[in-house]
Amino acid sequence: MSLDSVAEQLAGADPQLAQFLQAETQKQRFQGIVHSLTDQCWDICMEKPSSRLDSKTSFCITNCVDRFIDTSNFVVNRLEKTQSTFSSELDN
Amino acid sequence: MDSPPSTGRLTGAQREELIEQVKQQVAIATAQELLTKISEKCFKKCIAKPSSSLDSSEQKCIAMCMDRYMDSWNLVSKAYSSRIQKESMR
Repeated sequence: MSLDSVAEQLAGADPQLAQFLQAETQKQRFQGIVHSLTDQCWDICMEKPSSRLDSKTSFCITNCVDRFIDTSNFVVNRLEKTQSTFSSELDN
Repeated sequence: MDSPPSTGRLTGAQREELIEQVKQQVAIATAQELLTKISEKCFKKCIAKPSSSLDSSEQKCIAMCMDRYMDSWNLVSKAYSSRIQKESMR
């Protein structure tokens, strides 16, 4: 049983507790994405680990995160577009 | 988790305990995931050819790698959350 579904069932009985569980679920989701982004951007940006995170690597990591989200937004948008041309083609 | 939740019967103390438990479990899950990733990534970066023991240069590399991985995690977390904030204002 996921925290989310527990929270849903609780909404009427204990809205405060339900809200807390929803917030924790969101936190977990956020951290899951951070784990996966760190994994990918580390492979792309990190050469030999040194005594501190140098500015070149930091810059690369920040860009990596932003470009990943751009990519994912682009894919969703393009899919939406192709889907609407698809369905209009079907209508004709 | 066998019976459906019925908070009507939760005492205040039980409720507090539940909240603490959930917080703790989320923290443990994050720490475990981080540990797994760090071992995997730093093994790859630091152990070119496994020998009969971890030599001191390998240990030094792993120590730095760990710290840098956590730096990277925090940086990604910051970058991602500021991006979410920007997206929500669009």
